[in-house]
Amino acid sequence: MSYSDKVIDHYNNPRNIGSLDKNAPEVGTGIVGAPECGDVMKLQLKVKDGVIEDAKFKTFGCGSAIASSSLATEWLRGKSIDEALTIKNTDIVEELSLPPVKIHCSVLAEDAIKAAIADYKKKNGLA
Amino acid sequence: MKFPIYMDNHATTAVDPAVLQEMLPYFTEKFGNAASRNHSFGWDAEKAVDRARGQIARLIRADSKEIIFTSGATESDNLALKGVVEMYKEKGNHIITTVTEHKAILDTAKRLEKEGVSVTYLAVSKEGAVDPDDLRKAITDRTILISIMMANNEIGTVHPVQEIGRLAKERGVLFHCDATQGVGKIPVDVQAMGIDLMSFSAHKIYGPKGVGALYVRKKNPRVRLAPIIDGGGHERGMRSGTLNVPGIVGFGKACELCEQVMPQESVRLSAMRDRLSEGIIKQLDEVYPNGHPTQRLPHNLNLSFAYVEGESLLMGLKEIALSSGSACTTATLEPSYVLRALGVGNDLAHSSLRFGLGRFNTEEEIEYVVDRVVETVKRLREMSPLYEMAKEGIDLKTVQWTQH
Repeated sequence: MSYSDKVIDHYNNPRNIGSLDKNAPEVGTGIVGAPECGDVMKLQLKVKDGVIEDAKFKTFGCGSAIASSSLATEWLRGKSIDEALTIKNTDIVEELSLPPVKIHCSVLAEDAIKAAIADYKKKNGLA
Repeated sequence: MKFPIYMDNHATTAVDPAVLQEMLPYFTEKFGNAASRNHSFGWDAEKAVDRARGQIARLIRADSKEIIFTSGATESDNLALKGVVEMYKEKGNHIITTVTEHKAILDTAKRLEKEGVSVTYLAVSKEGAVDPDDLRKAITDRTILISIMMANNEIGTVHPVQEIGRLAKERGVLFHCDATQGVGKIPVDVQAMGIDLMSFSAHKIYGPKGVGALYVRKKNPRVRLAPIIDGGGHERGMRSGTLNVPGIVGFGKACELCEQVMPQESVRLSAMRDRLSEGIIKQLDEVYPNGHPTQRLPHNLNLSFAYVEGESLLMGLKEIALSSGSACTTATLEPSYVLRALGVGNDLAHSSLRFGLGRFNTEEEIEYVVDRVVETVKRLREMSPLYEMAKEGIDLKTVQWTQH
């Protein structure tokens, strides 16, 4: 099984590795997956005036999982929350040329985005 | 140093140049069918095969007439289990094996279960060894076969084969041993170990792929087998089909080489393995070795690196050939069943790397690999949410993870 160049690129040069202050009101944090399954993604976003100003991630998982979450943070920056909710796992699969056996990595990344947004909304009393 | 570095010798080995040399004439000059009784092409091929039988038998302290050639250890495992079950079905229909056997045994046992055979899968200790007492308790008067491997291909643990053989003899049950990872690496003596049938193959001991053997005891007791392949009655009726003469010649030479170099080679490899292990463990925290600490193959090392996933590790070590127990590296997305059988949690199974050293690895390669493994684990831990949580003092076992 060899990887697409894009997956290798994200693995060697991951975008936006790190952490934001999970206690800050403008930060939403999503943690999805389970160590048992071999895949855990933590995705955080910082929102200002309804726009995602910054996004960071950390991932325990295979190269495709790392690439999927890295790509997600790349796409999130500069989007509004509503725009962010339209990101689909299939977009990630296409961009990274993920094989069928790795599609679940993109699903987890989409889940991470939604979990981070849900956390942000909950902290800020939004619907 | 040559790249990529190969440290996956449990999966397969390079053919030793001396083995290749020995094989070559049998492709284009002495290319006869060993069963052609009427001309010199056949006689030469037959002579070469007999010679190889002797070389192979010597390595395992058997008689050359007790060696049956197959296409590999998988076929030998199939023949041993199915052949015994069929031949001894009047005597009983229960076989005993372990949960950490190779799939060639486990899948064959599963098929036999579908056909009405009763199978007991013995558990192993957290170091991967079977307890002879568990075996003793499992034997019934319907048991016709015990099949327990000599050494495990993932974690390197060596079972107490001699005790198993003695117990089997005491109770009058045949003992089959899948010795694919043991032959040529540790001393094997089918007499002293009380083994009645034994599978092994050439491509794990610097011989070619596509050829293996099944040792079938001829005396005390005389083991009989129903064949699984029909068609001409080769190998005393036990395995029909034209013999892979060049492969067999290579197999014989590979065994002869192992006999010659094994004492020094195993000392050299275990020293290198220990240096690899110590080099990594002293530079990283939370590294957990898998398998028995002492009853193990000299050239195997299996380590779990907490908070880091195996496939991403392999990706970072792309110029080094290794393997992992992570689910992400398998076609079925199941983590290593061997590590699970040890009670190693799935998270640590996903975080494991297997190193299999071999004849052609060098000291320089060991030092290089230590540095690269340490560097890659550190990098991935910086990227790991689990490492971050652990460093914050969170007990990961208490976290509510989401389902997915």
